[in-house]
Amino acid sequence: MQSLPRLNLDWWKSLLFGSRTRSGLVFTVLLYTLLIAIGFVYLYPLLFMFVTSLKSPSDLLNPMVQWVPTELYTGNYEKAYRVLDYPHTLMASILVSVIPSLLQTFVASLVGYGLARYRFWGKNLILLLILATFIIPPQNTIIPQMLAYKEQGLLGSPWALILPALLGQGYRSAIFILIFYQSFLSLPKVLEEAARLDGASDLRIYLTIAVPSALPAFIVSFIFSVVWYWNETFLTSIFLEGGVTTLPMQLSRFVQAYENLYPPGTVNIFDRLNEAVKMSGTFLNIAPLLVMYFLLQRWFVESVERTGITGE
Amino acid sequence: MKTRRNLLTLRLREALHGYGFIALWIVGFSLFTLFPLIETFRYSLHQVTVTAEGIRLDFVHWANYTRALFTDPNFIELAIGYAIETIVSVPIVLIFSMIIALFLNQNFKLKGLFRTIFFLPVVITSGPVIRELTAQGATSAPGIANLPAVAEFLSQLPRALRNPIEYLLTSFILILWFSGVQILIYLSSLQKVDKSIYEAAAIDGASAWEAYWKITLPSLSTANIVNAVYTIITLSHFSENKVIQYIYNQTYAVQGGIGYASAMAFLYFAVMILLLGIVYLFLALQAKKERY
Repeated sequence: MQSLPRLNLDWWKSLLFGSRTRSGLVFTVLLYTLLIAIGFVYLYPLLFMFVTSLKSPSDLLNPMVQWVPTELYTGNYEKAYRVLDYPHTLMASILVSVIPSLLQTFVASLVGYGLARYRFWGKNLILLLILATFIIPPQNTIIPQMLAYKEQGLLGSPWALILPALLGQGYRSAIFILIFYQSFLSLPKVLEEAARLDGASDLRIYLTIAVPSALPAFIVSFIFSVVWYWNETFLTSIFLEGGVTTLPMQLSRFVQAYENLYPPGTVNIFDRLNEAVKMSGTFLNIAPLLVMYFLLQRWFVESVERTGITGE
Repeated sequence: MKTRRNLLTLRLREALHGYGFIALWIVGFSLFTLFPLIETFRYSLHQVTVTAEGIRLDFVHWANYTRALFTDPNFIELAIGYAIETIVSVPIVLIFSMIIALFLNQNFKLKGLFRTIFFLPVVITSGPVIRELTAQGATSAPGIANLPAVAEFLSQLPRALRNPIEYLLTSFILILWFSGVQILIYLSSLQKVDKSIYEAAAIDGASAWEAYWKITLPSLSTANIVNAVYTIITLSHFSENKVIQYIYNQTYAVQGGIGYASAMAFLYFAVMILLLGIVYLFLALQAKKERY
């Protein structure tokens, strides 16, 4: 009879604080509390953006309405859609992020493969210079580039972004080269050597053996490249100004574009630019990325862990 | 003799094929990085005027640099602000992303969901989006920065201390949003740690706490350096960075011009290298201490 409460105590103790094989309830509760708290802080700007974007003008003025709008109001999105010139800018954004990304990924894989598989003089210097291209701030190289493009009449055309990508100097190319360098280093050489003995050329070995085996690195690099090109505004605003207008570029001149469409003197007070319309525009801006992220998120997170993005 | 010659040609052939793979990059580096970098430096020593026929350069020695350092009231202040903000942000990003990575390295339900959340900012962080969110006050630590008590407390502090704290409060979420890639880097380092070391330590009676300080943390020292460097560079290149915007505006300003903007770009680069150097040395020394 006396051993029962003690047994119970042990059971409670292992339930609360865990045992050798499983973690306890206290730990689990703490973990989830922290995760949910941090997750909330993380998502706060997004929630704020989304909720604000659904507020009607009267909801905005009503101090009682904080987190739950009184009605589902889509007028802001209609306005933001027109102000952003959505179909055009969306297509432009897709164009100037996907094409340079494809080229950049391919060239980065070539360079990474060359560095990982061949012995040649000056390899360490090249690696150092690749790192340097990541460190050097864009404003230290952008003005001569811009002047040269202007001279060639390329300013404002997508070529201004495609050319650097084609030559391995695209946006953050260095990171992708290092990713490929790492993943080719970690792949076994045996198959490639066998193919070489059979008389295959270097390029053929690269295309038929190396590329398929490094497929995860290709996918990760391509996805990251698209995202970073999409979100890049410093280079695009200088190189594409006057020609192609991307979504983020249009967002950064949202106020001006809004007042062109809805001149402040002529529209009634409810159609003036307010933060709800701005937040709708911001949300429309990130919506394509969100869709892509939720479709491809397996590739974002899981394979990054396996590709050796660390670049040690 | 013959075999040696063969070996030499083999070596040469391998090297040539290797150069073949990186040839595109070498051309690109000279055209899009090296040449523009030298050219920008040349501009920084000149007064540059853009005319209809092209650009005119008037050599002014180091005048653009001395102007930025001693005459311009804005540049130095912005550069110091940038340095302080970076120094404040780096430890926060590192600690935060390490904590998240340690969490995500555990096994628990809904892990995929949380991983999705913590990695989301990488996908959506862009200059204009951040600008809109900051303008609406959506990036400050919720509810803290607006409290009157906090404002009162801040007004009591000396300016040198107040600015970083104010920055911390108003851009707290923004700083956290810069941690996505760092979380991944920590995660992949954590997964490289041999599990049997933890088992051995547990058998020897080490608690989870001790195992963290003696096994986990030392094995993350390389990731610390990689992450710190990555954080500094992304913060310094971010298009909403005030120094970058100032340089950009000065490029087209009447009194500024390309020469002056180029000089500031190089000064800014120097500050960034200095920060990288300080943080690198600090972390490398730390890593060395942990090893012994």
